[in-house]
Amino acid sequence: MAVRKVCGIETEYGIILRGGESNPITASSLLINSYVSRLQRKVAWDFEDESPGRDARGFSREGPSAPEIETHLVNAVLTNGARYYVDHAHPEYSTPECADALELVRFDKAGERILAQSIEDACDVLPPGQSIAVYKNNSDRKGNSYGTHENYLMDRAVPFARVVHHVLPHFVSRQIYTGAGKVGSEAPGVTSAEVPFQLTQRADFFEEEVGLETTLKRPLVNTRDEPHCDSLKYRRLHVIVGDANLAEVSTFLKVGTTSLVLAMIEDDELHGLDLSLAHPVAAHRQVSYDLTLRRPLELADGRRMTALEMQWETLDRAKKYAESRGLEAVGAEVGRMVLDRWEAVLTGLEDDPSSLAGQLDWVAKKRMVEAYKERHGLGWNDPKLAALDLQYHDVRPGRSLFARLGMERLTTDAEVVDAMTEPPRSTRAYFRGRCLQRWGSSIAAANWDSLVFDLGTDPLRRVPMMEPLRGTAAHVDSLFETCRTPAQLLEALGST
Amino acid sequence: MPEREQKRKATTSRTEDVVEELPATSKQGDKLKAELDDLLDEIDEVLEDNAEEFVRSYVQKGGQ
Repeated sequence: MAVRKVCGIETEYGIILRGGESNPITASSLLINSYVSRLQRKVAWDFEDESPGRDARGFSREGPSAPEIETHLVNAVLTNGARYYVDHAHPEYSTPECADALELVRFDKAGERILAQSIEDACDVLPPGQSIAVYKNNSDRKGNSYGTHENYLMDRAVPFARVVHHVLPHFVSRQIYTGAGKVGSEAPGVTSAEVPFQLTQRADFFEEEVGLETTLKRPLVNTRDEPHCDSLKYRRLHVIVGDANLAEVSTFLKVGTTSLVLAMIEDDELHGLDLSLAHPVAAHRQVSYDLTLRRPLELADGRRMTALEMQWETLDRAKKYAESRGLEAVGAEVGRMVLDRWEAVLTGLEDDPSSLAGQLDWVAKKRMVEAYKERHGLGWNDPKLAALDLQYHDVRPGRSLFARLGMERLTTDAEVVDAMTEPPRSTRAYFRGRCLQRWGSSIAAANWDSLVFDLGTDPLRRVPMMEPLRGTAAHVDSLFETCRTPAQLLEALGST
Repeated sequence: MPEREQKRKATTSRTEDVVEELPATSKQGDKLKAELDDLLDEIDEVLEDNAEEFVRSYVQKGGQ
């Protein structure tokens, strides 16, 4: 039986400081510190168990290129269970672990609001004339890309080769609804006459099929093996191939369909479905460049199929899976929503993609950019269209073009505001968030799989959280009711 | 320009047929166009002043 598809999204935001010398690391630190210092005493991140150099294929990268973590940079844990920190030269928000795709949409949108609030908070300390702008996108349009990474809990027992076999065709074909859209291309030698607009932000930057890299020679399937939980039981599939989505339906489908595909892989329900591509990297780019969605891709077995057809085949299997095994692994009710929306969106893409302008990022952006282009009689090369593209992703509500498009919501404002400070209830993030809310000043450090308490007397005490599905509201609410101090909590947990 | 013509312009001849068969009534089309017009007016108001400079100065370091 597939393990519950606990999931999360890490987003590196683009940042720019205007009116002064723009150092992205300083600006990011200022941004996050402004937000965090207003809220609470900062709880530091604990790096003890981080090992980003480990590879799912079974070997470890040693030596000078091992962990790329810069521990002196700002790093905070929020009461909603998220991590908010400076990664390289970007502010990064990692959602807490969520139990299903719909919950993850809420916490991803909460991240946008946290960034927007941070900008306001930073304004109070910036010198007059200076301002910070933040963009939830994946490229600066000059060949520099930054990531939006999804994470999914998986059963360690599933052979990684089987995961790659089935997930790669899904990553290539899902772009037709996950793309955030981009004016032009940043691939070397590709002109705007050839690619005036494409489905995704990221496709220009992928060069390998499978590998450990995230910044150079990016692979479609990333093999980082850093489970942040019991590594004998689980792996965490780290997905670097997706775009930063603003449209809630795009995020919902991106995570929902991928969770379903992974659950089917675990239960070996994709057996016999061979959508392996002859040239995955080229196919990935071709799908992103093909606005007609009609150009067939060459499969390894010689057949030719469009991304849409590949998605229909996968959906067909998912429906059968729902009948034979149920959808518990992705959340029964949410799983049903995913299936319905998946089918509706594929139907729309087949009949008339523009009918999805209220649901999918790339369709909405394309419609807006084309209308603007027509009205002002501009060429595809005009910087105004590039500006529209960038500003679609501006997280400031007053500047965001996305916010003006009135796209379909799967969340309410109240739910998203709540998710800025309240943790998800059905994963270990609940325990992390509640402890931080109640006893933040007694927590010396936190990371995904442990909390370290400082009670001021004894040595620091570490509470391991190796099971992503323990520490939920159902598990620990009674503990929080009976324990009034962190010492009582530690005693009740039997931690020494 | 009518919405339907804009759509056709952006897609290739293969999807043109599909667009032609859309059952969208002209009323819906008018409503869409009016919404789009309002949106474009709004965009003109909030778009960064100097688009060229805005796009040129937006430089990021690559991330993960």
